[in-house]
Amino acid sequence: MDNLPRCYSDIANEKYDAERVITDTSSDQIDVEAVILNLYKQFEKNAAMDPEMPLLNRNAHTAVLKTWLKGLPKSYECLDASRTWLVYWILHSLWLLNDMPDAETLSHTVQFLSHCQHEEGGYGGGPAQHPHLGTTYAAVNALSIIGTDEAYDSIDRSSLQKFLWTVRDVDGSFALHKGGEQDIRGAYCAISIAKITNTYTDALFDKTAEWIVSCQTYEGGFAGCPGMEAHGGYAFCGLASLALLNRTALCDIDALLRWCVNRQMRVEGGFQGRTNKLVDGCYSFWQGAAFPIISAILSQGNKEIIESVFFNQSALQEYIMVCCQARDGGLIDKPGKFRDIYHTCYTLSGLSVAQHGTGIGDPFVLGSPRNELNRVHPLHNVAPHLVYNAVHYFIRHPPPVKDKN
Amino acid sequence: MSDSGDSDIAWTLYKDRPEWKDITPVSEDDGPNPVVVIAHSEKFEDVYDYFRAVLKKNEKSERVLQLTKDAVELNPANYTVWQYRRDLLKALGTDLRSELDYVESVIKQSPKNYQVWHHRRVLVEWLQDPTLELELTGDALLQDPKNYHAWQHRQWAIKTFGLFSKEMAFVDNLITEDVRNNSAWNQRYFVVNNHLGWSDLNVQREICYAMEKIKFVKNNESAWNYLRGVLLHDKRGLSGNAVVTSFCEDLYKNKCRSPYLLAFIIDICDEAIKKGELSCFHNPDRAIELCTALATKYDKIRSKYWNYISEKFKIAKNEQEEKEKQQENGDKMDD
Repeated sequence: MDNLPRCYSDIANEKYDAERVITDTSSDQIDVEAVILNLYKQFEKNAAMDPEMPLLNRNAHTAVLKTWLKGLPKSYECLDASRTWLVYWILHSLWLLNDMPDAETLSHTVQFLSHCQHEEGGYGGGPAQHPHLGTTYAAVNALSIIGTDEAYDSIDRSSLQKFLWTVRDVDGSFALHKGGEQDIRGAYCAISIAKITNTYTDALFDKTAEWIVSCQTYEGGFAGCPGMEAHGGYAFCGLASLALLNRTALCDIDALLRWCVNRQMRVEGGFQGRTNKLVDGCYSFWQGAAFPIISAILSQGNKEIIESVFFNQSALQEYIMVCCQARDGGLIDKPGKFRDIYHTCYTLSGLSVAQHGTGIGDPFVLGSPRNELNRVHPLHNVAPHLVYNAVHYFIRHPPPVKDKN
Repeated sequence: MSDSGDSDIAWTLYKDRPEWKDITPVSEDDGPNPVVVIAHSEKFEDVYDYFRAVLKKNEKSERVLQLTKDAVELNPANYTVWQYRRDLLKALGTDLRSELDYVESVIKQSPKNYQVWHHRRVLVEWLQDPTLELELTGDALLQDPKNYHAWQHRQWAIKTFGLFSKEMAFVDNLITEDVRNNSAWNQRYFVVNNHLGWSDLNVQREICYAMEKIKFVKNNESAWNYLRGVLLHDKRGLSGNAVVTSFCEDLYKNKCRSPYLLAFIIDICDEAIKKGELSCFHNPDRAIELCTALATKYDKIRSKYWNYISEKFKIAKNEQEEKEKQQENGDKMDD
C-alpha cells in the first residue's frame, strides 16, 4: 500500500509553503516544483489511457549509451581526465538495461583500460595520467562488470596495493592522488577497490573507520571531511565504507536514517543531496542505495529481518521515469537540464534500487513490467553476482607480492 | 567547456612554434581499439600532445609552466596537469603570490572544481599566509551561498590559521539573507563546535537563536536540525530542557503541524521513555499518535518510515505494560 503511485491532486497538495518568507532557497524550490507538477499533470492524463505508463525508454537509452562507448563529442573534453569513469558509467548502465556490448567490444574495453593503468599502480583518468583513486575505482568496477579472465588478469594488483599505500595518510584517511585532495571519496574508493581485488589488509585501513565516523554531522548524514555539511554523495561513501569495513556500529544509524528519509522530496519524489537543496536524479542512487544498507544493518540487531526499504519507492520511480528521461535517450538531473553520462548511470542505478529495495522478496516495478532493471550491489554499484565473481577470482588468484605489512 | 580558446584567431599551435621545435609531441596512446574517444579540438590535442611529451621527459622550465596554463584552460579538471604545475612551481622557485592571483582567476571561472581549490590550498600552505582566503571564499559564496568547495576551503583556512573572530557575523548575515541556507547553519555549528565551545551559556544562546528562526519560518528543516544538533550538547538532552519542550508544545497548540515539529516531539517522547520520565505530553501513545498523523497526513512521502518508528513505540509500550503487569502481580504476591 505504501508503494501505490500517487495521484496528481495528492502531489499538488504537497506544494512548498514558503510561509510568506521568500528567500533564494524557497523561490528556487517553487520554480522546480512548478515545472515538475506540470509534468505530473500531463503524465496523469496520458497514463489514464495507457496502463503501461510510466515507461522506461530502454531502446533510446541503450542506443545512446552504445554510441557513447565508441566516441563522444567535443563537449566531453572536460571529462578527458575521467575516461575510466565514462567506461564504468556506460557499462554499468548497459548492464542495468540488460543489453551488454558484444565480447569483442568488451575485450577492446579491457585493452583500453590497460592503457590507463599506471606503472606505479592504479589507473589514471586516461593514458599517461597519474593514478587516481576515483578513476581506479571506476576501472576496477568496469573490469568487474566485464568479468572475464582477461579483464581480471589485466589488473596489476601488486602495484595497485602499493598505490593504495602511497595515498594513505597516517590518520587513516586517503588522498585521491599523490599530492591531491583528501576526502571521504578517497576512503570509499580505496576500500571498495581493496575489497574487490583482494588487496585489502587491516593495516592499510587502520583508523580509517574512525576517520570516516568523524565525518558524520549533527544532521545525521556524512560530510566530505570533518566539519562540513552532510551531503548525499559523501553520505553514501561514509556508510558504504563502514559497511565494507564491518564497522557500522561506530556511527549513529538512527540519525543517519532520519537524515536519509528526509532527503526525499514530497512533490518531486526524487532525492535532494543536502537539506534545503533541489532534487537531482543522481541522488536516486547516492541516497537511495543507503536504504538497503541501513535495512541490512538494522536487521542485524533485530529478531526479524527488515525486508523493506524506508523510502517511497514508487515516488522515486515516478520522478525518474516521468521527469528524468531525455527524449533522445540518456537521463538527467532535473527537467531543463542536459543529459550526461554521469546522470544516466546514477539515475538508472537509483531506479534499480527503487525497484529492488533490499533485494529480499519480489521487486516493485512501477509501470510496465518491462521497466525492470537488473539489480545492483548497493556497496559497490555493480551487479551482486559480478562483485562475487570478481572477489572470488581474486581470492583464488592472490597477488604475486604480499603486502609490506 | 573551454570554447573561448578555440575562437582565438591569434592562437599558434605548439607544433608551429619554433621555440618548441626540440620537442617531439606525444599523442595519446589509447591502443589499437580505443573506446570513449573524445572528439578533441585541434588545439586541445596539440596542447596535450606537448604536455605528455614534457611530462615524459620530466622537463621543468618556464615554457612548461606556461604550457600547463594552456592545458588547464582547456580542462581545469585535469589533476595530472595541476600536480605537475605544483612540481614545477617548486622546482623553478616561482613567485607564489602571482600564482595565488592566477588560481584565483581560474577559481572564478570554475568555482565548482576540486582541483582548483586544492591548488589554492597547497599554495596557502606553502606561503603560510591565509590573508586572502576569507575574501576569496566570501566572493565565491556571494555567487553561490551553498558552494561546497568554497565552504570546505573556508573551513580549512579558518581552522588551520585560527580565523574565527568574524565568522559568526559572516554566518549571521547569510542566515539573515536566506534563513533556509543549510550551509550557513552548518557553518554556525562549525564555529561553535571548534571555537566558542558548548558551554551552558552558549548552548542556551544557540537554542534561543534556532527557536527565533523557527518562529519566523516553521517549515525550515535547517533550523530544526540545528536545534537538534545543539541539544546534543545540552546535558538535559532533548526532553529535559523546559524552554524547548514548552516552545514545541506552544507551536503545536497554535495549530502548527510542520512535520519537523511533529518529528521533534516524537524524539522528545522517545527520550522521555528511555529515561523513564513519562508525562502527559511525552509518552508512547502521544508518539504513536504523531507517527500516524505524519504517515497519513503531514508527511505522507515518508509513511513507511513513520510506520516503522511507530512500531518501535508500540513495542516499547507493550514492554512497559508487561513490566507494569509483572510489578502488579509481584505486589499482589507480596500481599
